[in-house]
Amino acid sequence: MPIVVRDHGFKREELNESNFVDLEDARKSDKESLAVELPNCEDPQSVKPLFPKIEIIRIKFPNFGDGRGFSLAGKLRELGYAGRLRAAGYVISDQYAIARRSGFDEVEIDEALAARQPETQWISKSKWKAHFYQDRLVKVNPDSVG
Amino acid sequence: MYRYSEFDELFVRRRVEEFRDQVQRRLSGSLTEDEFKPLRLKNGLYLQLHAYMLRVAIPYGTLDARQMRQLAFIADNWDKGFGHFTTRQNVQFNWPKLADVPEILEALADVGMHAIQTSGNCIRNVTADHFAGAAADEISDPRPTAELLRQWSTDHPEFQYLPRKFKIAVSGSPRDRAVTKAHDIGLRMVRNQRGEPGYEVLIGGGLGRTPMIGATVREFLPENDLLAYVESILRVYNLHGRRDNKYKARLKILVHETGVDSLTHEIEDEFAERKKWFAGVDRELVANLKAAFEPPVFDLSRTRAFEDRKERDSDFRVWTDTNLSRHRCSAYAIATVSLKPIGGTPGDATANQMRVLADIAERLAHDEIRVSHEQNIIFPHIPKDKIPEAYDLLAAAGLHTSNFGLLSDIIACPGMDYCALATARSIPVAQDISRRFHDLGIERTIGEMKIKISGCINACGHHHVGHIGILGLERAGVENYQITLGGDATETAALGDRAGRGFSAEELLPALERLVAEYLRLRDSAGETFLEAYRRMGPEPFRAALYPEAKKLAA
Amino acid sequence: MPRNFALKVITTNRLVEGDAVYLTQAGKWSSEFADAEVFADLGSATSALEKANEQTLFHIGAYLADAEIDPSGRPRPIHYREQIRSRGPSNYFHGKQAEAANV
Ligand code: SF4
Repeated sequence: MPIVVRDHGFKREELNESNFVDLEDARKSDKESLAVELPNCEDPQSVKPLFPKIEIIRIKFPNFGDGRGFSLAGKLRELGYAGRLRAAGYVISDQYAIARRSGFDEVEIDEALAARQPETQWISKSKWKAHFYQDRLVKVNPDSVG
Repeated sequence: MYRYSEFDELFVRRRVEEFRDQVQRRLSGSLTEDEFKPLRLKNGLYLQLHAYMLRVAIPYGTLDARQMRQLAFIADNWDKGFGHFTTRQNVQFNWPKLADVPEILEALADVGMHAIQTSGNCIRNVTADHFAGAAADEISDPRPTAELLRQWSTDHPEFQYLPRKFKIAVSGSPRDRAVTKAHDIGLRMVRNQRGEPGYEVLIGGGLGRTPMIGATVREFLPENDLLAYVESILRVYNLHGRRDNKYKARLKILVHETGVDSLTHEIEDEFAERKKWFAGVDRELVANLKAAFEPPVFDLSRTRAFEDRKERDSDFRVWTDTNLSRHRCSAYAIATVSLKPIGGTPGDATANQMRVLADIAERLAHDEIRVSHEQNIIFPHIPKDKIPEAYDLLAAAGLHTSNFGLLSDIIACPGMDYCALATARSIPVAQDISRRFHDLGIERTIGEMKIKISGCINACGHHHVGHIGILGLERAGVENYQITLGGDATETAALGDRAGRGFSAEELLPALERLVAEYLRLRDSAGETFLEAYRRMGPEPFRAALYPEAKKLAA
Repeated sequence: MPRNFALKVITTNRLVEGDAVYLTQAGKWSSEFADAEVFADLGSATSALEKANEQTLFHIGAYLADAEIDPSGRPRPIHYREQIRSRGPSNYFHGKQAEAANV
């Protein structure tokens, strides 16, 4: 069973793996609420038309050293995606804060990693809002939000 | 000079704690070596041949006496009494133990320094003109920009796991002393026709396996758009840079494979979107940064102390003629302290020498020290009246080598004496060259000459842009040195041409002697530098000097 | 055995200290190349290497280095990289060469 990490710690996955569909199937689907899985090289513009129907987007991290997912998350947020955003795959606890700051809501890991990096290690990174430079330096344009 | 705000202070302290925790988790097995490695690299910690190596950032090469003394303290306690100043305005300590590193980082934090992002696949220490704020030809001081970029890039969430390392340099003078054309992003401070400040933006420069000169993507970028534009470049690179081959992962390859024009389009499209989100940089913060780099109040009074000493002391005169550069204020000079003693290790200073440098800065030179990418130390503001006293202190510490810009002012990376990636040694090569040409007594006759040596294709020694570049390789189990000619690191940047087959360690020195002798024979006047002569005549006469056997064969 | 096969020793750098060490016949790590166990065939060298690489909390990842036997019957490195690594840098008398002089 995969484990979902949020700021308060671990919780069991409540979504069924089979709920997730790729972008192509999502386009064809007539469901009102979609769970979409994207590879980290997906073009975010192509997801935009589906935003109103998407409940959760899961971006795959094939390796913790491959940072494309962070930029993809940032772009989806800038394009106006306001639903749930999850980083899944090989993401280590040391990356939790940057994942949150890039726009992810949560991280999904497997049991082996959860055993090696237990909940306390993730919770210690949960104050991701505190103290980062980018937040201080760049003033976000109020017109761009919403 | 910029001093840490409370925010900076707290940030680096937290970062030290985070690293201390990561070390513990590596030791307990919670982090594997594969996971720990990128984390330690982002904190400047490498594993080299004999030990760990800690690379400490000297942002845009600026430090004060207190910081220099702390480097001396670290050298004494955790190195073997040395620090090695590098071509990227960093300082490296060679013998720390893993468990001691958090303590060293703590000692750095005590004086407003850190080792963050001096390695790893992230935005590295931002470099700038080492004469910033002092040079007579300066348009604007590049350091407020460099400091802004330092803060912005530090732990930037999107750009911590890039395809490869990413280097940014800023220059504020027409004379490019920051090698902006050999960086992933080079920023040259310019003004538009209306006189407004901005940047010329170059991308895709870099040395290494596939050396390339940067291409201009924006002739003029308004000052206020800087971060939005740089973020756009980084985002395009993060999403599209190659990750399948580490030798093809730098931005320069993406530029090369995509083409400058279409990549420029992508960046501009991203920028148009990105800009909507930016209300600009916090104005108060920028104003504070600019204020932090205001020049000191110059003391314009003059006596004849400097001239008198020059008249009666020829060693002093030679040093001043060689190692001083023009300051924007005529009562001052910019003094370069050579870390290239004849036969020494380029870029190394002992702890004691660091303390002497700190004392001089504090007492005589407005408490400012710079580290140049040429691996020398600079006092950017020294009153001419104080130079005799400073010179005596330098001489007593063996820091008075009069060779700035001359042949023995060699750039050399650590090479295989320390570096785990090396294919050959570079330090002994530099030592031999320096001794030999010093003994020949022809350095001053030769004039300006930049020899740059790298111990592998990564080119930390900038060999491609040396007038004479030397690259150490391995051939059939022995060290082999390849020579490039005609490289240039300035605003007229050029990559050197490969001369021909490599030389063994024994053949190298005689080959260089032939090369230099031929230059002296062929130059059209005593004023024509090696680089000028090379540009005038092309490689052939120089190749012929390096490979006389080829000539014999042809004859 | 292929003619150009060189004898092998197993080496790595220790995790905490960072210094180079060599696997001895007794299964211990020595800081001297000359103490290393010598493997005459690739098969036994590789399986010993795999075993050594299970000690992930002690070192940073071991590898095989080429060796030859010196006149006193002990192994010494062939490649200049391993020679420098087993001795210390050439510009200062630091590292193993200095430690050896101290004992
Ligand atoms: S050029 Fe090569 S040998 Fe020299 S420091 Fe860089 S990586 Fe090491």
